Amino acid sequence: METVTFQIWRGGPARRGGLAGGGKLVDYSIPVSEGMVVLDAVHKIQAEQANDLAVRWNCKAGKCGSCSAEINGIPRLMCMTRLKDLPLDKPVIIQPMKAFPLIRDLVTDVSWNFRVKKTIKPFRPRAADAADGTWRIAQSDIDRVQEFRKCIECFLCQDVCHVLREHHLQDEFAGPRLLVYTAALEMHPLDVEDRLQDLKRAQGIGLCNITKCCTTVCPEEIRITDNAIIPMKERVADRYYDPLKRLFRALRGRKKN
Amino acid sequence: MNEVDLSGITRRFGRTARRDAWWVKPLIVFLCLSSFVIYVTWAAFQGKNYAYGPYLSPLYSPELFGDSPHRWLGPKPGGWPSFLPWSPALLILWAPGLFRLTCYYYRGAYYKAFLVSPAACSVSEGRRRYTGERAFPLVLQNVHRYLMYIALIFLVILAHDVWTAMWFTDTRTGSSSFGIGVGTMVLAANVVFLAGYTFGCHSLRHWVGGIKDRLSGSPVQRQIYRCAGCFNRRHMLWAWMSLFWVAFTDIYVRLCATGVWRDWRII
Ligand code: SF4
Ligand code: SF4
Ligand code: FES
Ligand code: FES
Repeated sequence: METVTFQIWRGGPARRGGLAGGGKLVDYSIPVSEGMVVLDAVHKIQAEQANDLAVRWNCKAGKCGSCSAEINGIPRLMCMTRLKDLPLDKPVIIQPMKAFPLIRDLVTDVSWNFRVKKTIKPFRPRAADAADGTWRIAQSDIDRVQEFRKCIECFLCQDVCHVLREHHLQDEFAGPRLLVYTAALEMHPLDVEDRLQDLKRAQGIGLCNITKCCTTVCPEEIRITDNAIIPMKERVADRYYDPLKRLFRALRGRKKN
Repeated sequence: MNEVDLSGITRRFGRTARRDAWWVKPLIVFLCLSSFVIYVTWAAFQGKNYAYGPYLSPLYSPELFGDSPHRWLGPKPGGWPSFLPWSPALLILWAPGLFRLTCYYYRGAYYKAFLVSPAACSVSEGRRRYTGERAFPLVLQNVHRYLMYIALIFLVILAHDVWTAMWFTDTRTGSSSFGIGVGTMVLAANVVFLAGYTFGCHSLRHWVGGIKDRLSGSPVQRQIYRCAGCFNRRHMLWAWMSLFWVAFTDIYVRLCATGVWRDWRII
């Protein structure tokens, strides 16, 4: 069996701007076997060498979205990253997600995402289609939204997005995950709520510069930028940045926001 | 929210724990786009050798004013200020140029390759201020839809150029006859690539159906929307193919016009 070195972040947040104030990368060498994923290696290290290593996980099947981390600098699910796909001649670096406050070791506090989610206007269906209070939806109309429902809330997209990661604009930008969530509601064939103003202002969709890092890391392969963010940018443009559409609306006397 | 500064990662440009050659892709994009812009600028300012027989370079189409038989209205306008360089391309090239400049795909690509915002995913930018596409000047990217409407018109014009490129004039008799040369094929491929690129435009996809939440009631519109989605899926590929081919088409016509290459008649 091959022996591989893993460098795992241990400890709390580093001091701002300082060098490894609250923690550091610690080397662990373990023998690895065929078929192992990064999470297996972390568990082995936890069992044999570092019993107090904090790591969040649940399903080990890429479905719960708990085991997000940065492996060799790229945000990924630890349970879905095979060792054989990594260069093992050098140490494998495992760090917690950088865009969220660190609790300890590989565990970050992602509660900000849920707080922002609560501020998004909820689903509001049109009046029922049938007398018994039910609705009719064509499958073809809901297909588009179903892609977004695959999201497992791993928040890897939020982590990689430079608006949050690098520029720390959490107060002005909801991030790709929540733009996907909003798009799912906004494009829903039954929904009649209007979220365009929120998309433009509170969620700051204009801060996204469509560089597609979110799409690259999404383990569910949701085409976040192309299918959710850009269509929402287009709808926002319809309302706020299209002078001819504004003129038509004014002429038709429709209410504008 | 507090910054989490891991293992001393600062905001210095290029800081990353990535192990792969993350700089290769932005570098390739940088080199390809720069070469294209340099070549097209040079070609646009030439003002000659842009037509050969029935062929017209796409960089000069439509030729509103000019000296080739393809011109629409007449020779160079008399009132053209003498201090400005003259070329028929300068009158029209802004439209396809701005169309590409504001294209969602190219935006993402040049924000990375030229503005390093970011150069690659999870690589530090080393920049403090960031306003994205929310503030001037990048908020102007929203004009893309208008340029898309213009691009559709250009497609029709370029398709017409292919038709023209099928009628060869006999220099002795002056009569024109149907034919297909290698140049005709080059021009036709150019229209195909440009159409593939334009039909996958995000603004077009929005315009033809994305704007609505329900399309099941309008089967034709739904089909068009799905079609736009198909092209959109490969938008990046179409973008590059059409970019290279436009430049190549100009090169082809130019080299034929200067006598370096010989245009072969197929039919
Ligand atoms: S495409 Fe937009 S949302 Fe996605 S990572 Fe880039 S800036 Fe963030
Ligand atoms: S959109 Fe993809 S990357 Fe983002 S939270 Fe959902 S599953 Fe994770
Ligand atoms: S443990 Fe559930 S996604 Fe990895
Ligand atoms: S998005 Fe690329 S051409 Fe419109």
